[in-house]
Amino acid sequence: MAKNLSMRDALRAALHEEMIRDERVFIMGEEVGRWQGTHKVTRGFYEEFGADRVRDTPISEMAIAGVAVGAAMAGLRPVAEMMTINFAFLAFDAIINHAAKIPYMFNGQFQVPLVIRAATGWGNQATATHSHTPEPIWAHFPGLYVGSPSNAYDAKGMLKAAIRDDNPILFTEVIALYPKPSAIPDEEYLIPIGKADIKHSGDDVTIVSYGRGVEWSLEAAEILAKEDIQAEVVDMRWLRPLDIATVLESFRKTNRCVVVEESLPHYSFGSEIAAQLQEAAFDYMDAPVKRVSALDVPLPFAKELEMMALPNTQKVVQAVREVL
Amino acid sequence: MATKTRSLTKETLIAWYREMVLVRKFEDKCHYLYFEEKDPARKITGVYLHLCSGSEATHVGAVKALGVDDHVITAYRDHGIAIARGTDPKRVMAEMMGKRTGTSGGKGGSMHLADRERNFWGGYAIVGGQFPLAAGIALKENYLKTSNAVLCFVGDGAMNNGYFHEAVNMAAVWKLPVVWLVENNLVGMGTRIEESSGQVNPLKRADSYGIKAGPSVDGQNIIEVYEAVTAELDYAREHGPVLMEARTYRYEGHGVSDKQFDARADLKEELATWESRDPINILRDHLLAEYKNLDREFAAIDSETTQIVDEAVEYAVSSPTPTFDDLMAHIYV
Repeated sequence: MAKNLSMRDALRAALHEEMIRDERVFIMGEEVGRWQGTHKVTRGFYEEFGADRVRDTPISEMAIAGVAVGAAMAGLRPVAEMMTINFAFLAFDAIINHAAKIPYMFNGQFQVPLVIRAATGWGNQATATHSHTPEPIWAHFPGLYVGSPSNAYDAKGMLKAAIRDDNPILFTEVIALYPKPSAIPDEEYLIPIGKADIKHSGDDVTIVSYGRGVEWSLEAAEILAKEDIQAEVVDMRWLRPLDIATVLESFRKTNRCVVVEESLPHYSFGSEIAAQLQEAAFDYMDAPVKRVSALDVPLPFAKELEMMALPNTQKVVQAVREVL
Repeated sequence: MATKTRSLTKETLIAWYREMVLVRKFEDKCHYLYFEEKDPARKITGVYLHLCSGSEATHVGAVKALGVDDHVITAYRDHGIAIARGTDPKRVMAEMMGKRTGTSGGKGGSMHLADRERNFWGGYAIVGGQFPLAAGIALKENYLKTSNAVLCFVGDGAMNNGYFHEAVNMAAVWKLPVVWLVENNLVGMGTRIEESSGQVNPLKRADSYGIKAGPSVDGQNIIEVYEAVTAELDYAREHGPVLMEARTYRYEGHGVSDKQFDARADLKEELATWESRDPINILRDHLLAEYKNLDREFAAIDSETTQIVDEAVEYAVSSPTPTFDDLMAHIYV
């Protein structure tokens, strides 16, 4: 049996199941408790689990991340929420210099079983400081895993796996995807960390994406199918560990690749995929790898400008035509 | 000396004296191996080395106040704290030399000593980085409803870092068992406290977080430090965080490679004043005033501690360097 759940409710179910399963799992963040969560992912948790396990914090991103790191080192399994990834920049040091480095720097004496959840992505004219999709920046650093689901089904299984993992993990959730539903089985399932997923099969071109880009890629694949162009859509799910093997397998079949990312083009997810493809599969390459990214500008307020700057389904379709 | 000294036995005070001497000799040896040692196989290399000479009473005294299940965490000036917590000086020296047998397998260096078995959670090289970690470790104790507490060393300069504000406030809101011990050596790197802080009395900040302002103690007097930290740890177990201060000094500048005392004549003058209040001499004078016939004991301590440091150096020098497998290990679990 299965039921349709929005990504918001699928994430909520994942958290709920893990908190029931393991008493060391607790939630901390701004407005996660009494307010029911800014994005309502923790709705009802404060009433059910109490203030010790659903901890409202001050507006203190450095401490939200840093205190969670300390608690994780000491043996708890915190799920810390950054209201949005934009605010996580304030916690960069705690996440990168501490969460990601402590296991290594002290030669394995400490583990940091921490999940930092953060809402990500643009939309609704949130403007330059509130419209980041900066997953690739975080994925730059060894020691941290970075995941970003593209749909409710994946979100549930990925988050549960993340909470059970002993490494620090940044888990970003695209705000625009929160209301979108998937069929969620009643039975428990986990989606392994670092495993990509073929969301649509095809032989003509490989479209690699993650997060919201998967939606545009799948829509593009439908449009292209009508022109008898068969696109294979690879949803990476995780930027670290990066399942490049799945991309390579697809690329050796299609010999063409378009990378779709909601984020910026410089030093990006697309740059990394393109670099790794040319290193590992140059002989299979029939066209340059094409990137569909946001334009290299800060996101403005005016709706028309925002839309101009951002990728969309049509841009993906166009990019595929250019590599064929 | 405080009136409570009666409860401290001669054996305890002698043991502390011995440990302070050991820490001083360890630091002196590090200084030698960094600057003067000619044999590359015996040198301490790298850009960073932060010695705690002059601060032994604060470091050793505060750590001695901890119970076995209590916790300690600090910044990069961590050698004395590791040794006081019982970490083998051999492994500490091996870490100084980047050896496989070091406390962090040669991957942390002098600023990142740690000893998980002894609840020494590490030295941290990002100023202020240890503050939220201290609160997080305390959160675990609070969550599990134990009575264990966390001692967190706080540099006077680090109090102006945002981590201090955020972590102390969060620990206050959640009443976490942390003693924030300001190791006030009056200078953050080369900038004096009155040049960097609007409020030069660290304890006055406690009020703005709604936490207890503990005492300001003479950080050169190990008995005073020990007794105050013991009392404040007990307060923290019951009631939540305390901010307290130990007034101390460091003899060697921020890092050994900086030229603090060359650059600032005022600090050099001040240094001379503090050296006249050396923490080891203060305890020695106290012991001599209280007990007779200590000459033989002092002589034995002198030779024993020299031997421990020499053995630590030989152990470190003869230890293997880390391998490629070590390079790649522990990035992830």
